[in-house]
Amino acid sequence: MTGVAFKVSRNTRLSVAAVWGGVAAALVLVSVPLWGSPALMRWAVEVMCYLVLAQMWNLMAGYGGLMSVGLQAFVGVGAYSIFVFAQHMGMHPFLAIPLGGVMAAIAAIATAPLVFRMRGGYFAIGTWVLAEVFRIIFSNISLLGGGSGQSLTVMARIDRSTREIGVYLIAAGILIAASLAINLMLRSRFGLGLTAIRDSEDAAESQGVDVKALKLQVYTLASFGAGLVGAVYFTSILRISPNAAFDANWVVASVFIVVIGGIGTLEGPILGTAIFFALRWLLADYGAWYWLVMGAVAVAVVVFAPAGIWGYVRARWDLQLLPLQRRLILSGRGPQRRETGLEFTGDAEAGRM
Amino acid sequence: MLEWLDAVIQGVLLGGLYALFAIGLSITYGVMRVVNIGHGDFLVLAAYLALWPVMQFHLHPFLAIVPVAALMFVFGYFLQRVLLNRTIGPNPLAPLLATFGLAIILRNGLQQIFHSDSRSFQIGQLGTDSIPVGGGIAIGVFPSIVFAVAIALTVLVSLLFTKTSIGVALRATSDDAETAGLMGIRARHTYGIALAISFALIAVGGVFAGVRTTFTPESGPSALLFAFEAVVIGGMGSLWGTFMGAVILGVAQTVGAKIAIGIGILAGHLVFLAVLFFKPTGLFARTL
Repeated sequence: MTGVAFKVSRNTRLSVAAVWGGVAAALVLVSVPLWGSPALMRWAVEVMCYLVLAQMWNLMAGYGGLMSVGLQAFVGVGAYSIFVFAQHMGMHPFLAIPLGGVMAAIAAIATAPLVFRMRGGYFAIGTWVLAEVFRIIFSNISLLGGGSGQSLTVMARIDRSTREIGVYLIAAGILIAASLAINLMLRSRFGLGLTAIRDSEDAAESQGVDVKALKLQVYTLASFGAGLVGAVYFTSILRISPNAAFDANWVVASVFIVVIGGIGTLEGPILGTAIFFALRWLLADYGAWYWLVMGAVAVAVVVFAPAGIWGYVRARWDLQLLPLQRRLILSGRGPQRRETGLEFTGDAEAGRM
Repeated sequence: MLEWLDAVIQGVLLGGLYALFAIGLSITYGVMRVVNIGHGDFLVLAAYLALWPVMQFHLHPFLAIVPVAALMFVFGYFLQRVLLNRTIGPNPLAPLLATFGLAIILRNGLQQIFHSDSRSFQIGQLGTDSIPVGGGIAIGVFPSIVFAVAIALTVLVSLLFTKTSIGVALRATSDDAETAGLMGIRARHTYGIALAISFALIAVGGVFAGVRTTFTPESGPSALLFAFEAVVIGGMGSLWGTFMGAVILGVAQTVGAKIAIGIGILAGHLVFLAVLFFKPTGLFARTL
């Protein structure tokens, strides 16, 4: 038989549109300093920090199967790096921000032999212990203000609008770079290995995926990202204390954002961050109620809709804005022209016989 | 020299309290292979539950333990049956995420009701009494009671696990839930019992912790971390290992605080990390 004409593609019409939408969003993001107020920029920096951190946590939990409750360890290390390099060593704060990521990655690699002795729930709480150890150590460094922390006074040398626009653009740059990097990475061989681990660790191992090495890489990358977030966030708010830098709420927010949005999806953290900040705005006057409602929604999602909101949408309407899997697209003499997932392979074989 | 001995003795007694924190965590992990991230926050919940009869009816805190432990037992059973059992399945992250979410709900719920004021239980003279044993060392009566209760409960739980049919069911489910199911042991019920026992035990720990120091809605995480460290130091699958782990943690903290004020907790964490590094299976690991 002549066989069926087909091609394999990741893209769908929708995903191409989504990519252009992403490009447009990035352009809008970068243009904010031209038209936005300083207050808007400050708020946006916070939103972007939460989003990037959630992306990092999602990379670990959603793809690497690593549930960390201690990612704040690396937020804190990145944040304190700014104070060491800019405040005490005279480096330009904007140049010190990337170093925050580097220091966090180094701290992650140095402590990995400890935390990677644990798995599952042990790993989760073990990373939390590590974050506590970091917090106590930094509370005892008097050069960095000890338990009460200190202010980033060197920022006073930069004039106000340069400072605000600079921090904003760096945060936007980190968000765009992180989104791009995660997307490209997950489409690569590395991502294929990670997705395999997410679906079944044992099966991945048996297919030759180096599970241990991949997990370590994901952990280090996520810590690097968390370090950048800490550096840029505390450069924006100009003040640090051990309790704020190593606050467990960093991870609480990430968990809620990712779980509600859709764990193990690229779109989930974006959707989750939107919901997180919308709820915060709605419940601004109710104090602890906000976290209570977030927690209740997250528990409900875990128990009743574990794929999260985006996971539900994806399953219900087969929508993917940023698809990772490949699709077989048949054309010509197929039984019908249609685009479908892998299940169509069988038909293609049948047609050939 | 003697003051170091004193620090060690106080640490051992403190370990009794941590054992009460830790045994419940050890049981739920042993039976379900799931770490309850909300463990510490449920402990704080138990302390707040005891606050009501103590304030309202001037019930002695020790007596308040009985109804609170019973209530927590029932609560634990139904929490597992109604909610947490649904998360046990192919995705190992689900129960972690669910208990993590519950922890945040509890912490902020307590915050909303009781605010951040620190609370404690008063037991009068008994709280400060101590017996001098020579050399300037005195052993507190209340810490000794806590230690004795911790030993008694560890013995009781050990007997429960080895001598009763529910204990057999718990151990069988721990070994292989599927095969146990074939023998007519319903894992869903057994898991409920495991969390119920765990919750009853943290009710004891929560009230004693509230007598020893103060508690706030934010006290949960440190209780969880201490319990977890005790379990890991002791090693999996051994109740007495957990007890010993708690004692080692207590001693590390008091001796650390003796070396320099403010690093007691850090010393405990470092001992935990050292054990993890050199003997990741724990010091007293045993397969049940």
